[in-house]
Amino acid sequence: MSNRQKKIWLAVLIFLFFAALSFFVLFPIYYIVMASFKNSQELFRHGLDLRIIPASMSLDNYKLLLFDKSSYYLYWYRNSILICALFTVFSLFLSSLVGYGLGAYNFKGRNLIFVLVLVVMMMPLEILMLPLYKLIVDMRIINTYAGVILPFVVSPIAIFFFRQYAGGISKDFMDAGRIDGCTEFGIFFRIMMPLMKPAFGAMAILLAMQNWNSLIWPLIVLRTNNMFTLPIGLASLLSPYGNNYDMLISGAVLAIIPIVIVFLFNQRSFISGLTAGGIKG
Amino acid sequence: MIRPPGAGSGPGIPARRMFTGDDRLALKKILYSEKWAPYIFVLPFVISLLVFFLYPMITTIIMSFQEVISLNNTRFIGLRNYERLFDVHFYNALKTNTIYTVLTIALTIPIPLLIAVLLNSRLTKGKTFFKTVLFIPALTSVIVAGIPFRLMFGELDTALVNSVLIDLGLKPQKWLLNYWTGMMLMVILHVWRNAGIFMVYYIAGLQNVPDELYESASIDGAGAFKKFRYITLPMLKPILIYTLTITIFEGYRMFGESYVLWNESMPSDIGLTIVRYIYQQAFQRNDLGFGSAIGITLLLIVLVINLVQLRYFGLFRKERD
Repeated sequence: MSNRQKKIWLAVLIFLFFAALSFFVLFPIYYIVMASFKNSQELFRHGLDLRIIPASMSLDNYKLLLFDKSSYYLYWYRNSILICALFTVFSLFLSSLVGYGLGAYNFKGRNLIFVLVLVVMMMPLEILMLPLYKLIVDMRIINTYAGVILPFVVSPIAIFFFRQYAGGISKDFMDAGRIDGCTEFGIFFRIMMPLMKPAFGAMAILLAMQNWNSLIWPLIVLRTNNMFTLPIGLASLLSPYGNNYDMLISGAVLAIIPIVIVFLFNQRSFISGLTAGGIKG
Repeated sequence: MIRPPGAGSGPGIPARRMFTGDDRLALKKILYSEKWAPYIFVLPFVISLLVFFLYPMITTIIMSFQEVISLNNTRFIGLRNYERLFDVHFYNALKTNTIYTVLTIALTIPIPLLIAVLLNSRLTKGKTFFKTVLFIPALTSVIVAGIPFRLMFGELDTALVNSVLIDLGLKPQKWLLNYWTGMMLMVILHVWRNAGIFMVYYIAGLQNVPDELYESASIDGAGAFKKFRYITLPMLKPILIYTLTITIFEGYRMFGESYVLWNESMPSDIGLTIVRYIYQQAFQRNDLGFGSAIGITLLLIVLVINLVQLRYFGLFRKERD
């Protein structure tokens, strides 16, 4: 076999490998989408037929999920979106302030504060859940958005990233602002913030994804059905007896699909956001 | 941008009339002071650190030496909470976390690395498409992702995986009632959701390796394996260490994978992890003292691992400027 032929065979093999891999990776999503169109009793009695047969499919599960009086699904969706949006906006603002302060200035105590940022970053925050819960109860923000958002809104990972980014921007910009009579805060808001735009983009995606998927803290803070986020609400439907599967399955599908669509249209920023946050953070 | 000092300099100055002349002067001084400004910039972190980190941390440490009968009724009991850690449940949780961590390291690092190397190769067609597809599971939350897995691995004979096993002439399994099949499900769920992220990290790392290195290696007659061993791996070392660190970290604080599979009943500690044990003792049994002692122990475990990392890999060494 010539070298060229060998290469073609290798390319075909690699392609087949990726095709098979993609099939297995996407299978659970395909599976749950298919299951969402089936009656759940039928699903349990006969297992899932993976062929697409329009006659045996219906939108009943979705109707139940969205329009039934006992369903809180739309509340969960609203809560998830609002908490995620509020968290991301406030976290970006506060964390960028701190990161910029650490990256752009030389001041006494800077290293100490930076070390403390690293310490918080390396801490398994799950161990603080009990006292944090007590604190949130004392502050009377249990079962509120504020209770979910406040304790983690100043994000050490984002601070770390903004610090790196701000440290890389030339100090000449700051001096120019000073000569023009800007306050130090004016310099941040008018000059540095626009210069740090890429950092804001990357961190927005990282923080939003983290928050959207967070589980244990909202599980502790949110106590009533109408305040749950999507993961907490769906988790509340889980039971070993499988009696809620109709809502659970369609609920999971509607939780996945919109994000996948958003991702498909903004792939590059998603991936660069996560890589930047992950590797440099 | 040119303005007289103090004339509407951005959102930094609130309603002016609230301040007397002296206050205003002091405020102006701070706003224009390179010396004071950074302290205001870092203030959000300091407040958050004091209120949401140090205060709870100190409370946890104190509570771990107490019997907490109610929030206002506590008494010190010395090390008794820690002595209780020598029970079988904590041992089971620690064992589960350790096995889970080892398995996730063994899977979520080599597989995405192989995928990344292949996706970086010139021979691969449809790279962007495959990269997109393989990343999609990373977008799901653990609860949402757990739902199809729970369905597929249901215990009835008609559940997908069991029906395939039956077709193949094998015995159907009660996946969630057996330690190792349960462990397998948690690991699969983790790998499914995390492999895409690591793949993206490794691809980013590979793109930073200069092509000339490979070219000169080819001229020296190095084969694909040698190039991987002597160029790719050393160049990826920082990212590999980073992913190793977070895998260990995530492994010992795992909660979601276990919660979605056994959210209510958990026969004989299958899937009991350290964080679940804290959750169970503190929030379900109201034993805050013991819950805190477990938490402090988890903290010590993670600290030891971090110190070992620092000692051997010097992860943050380059950060000290």
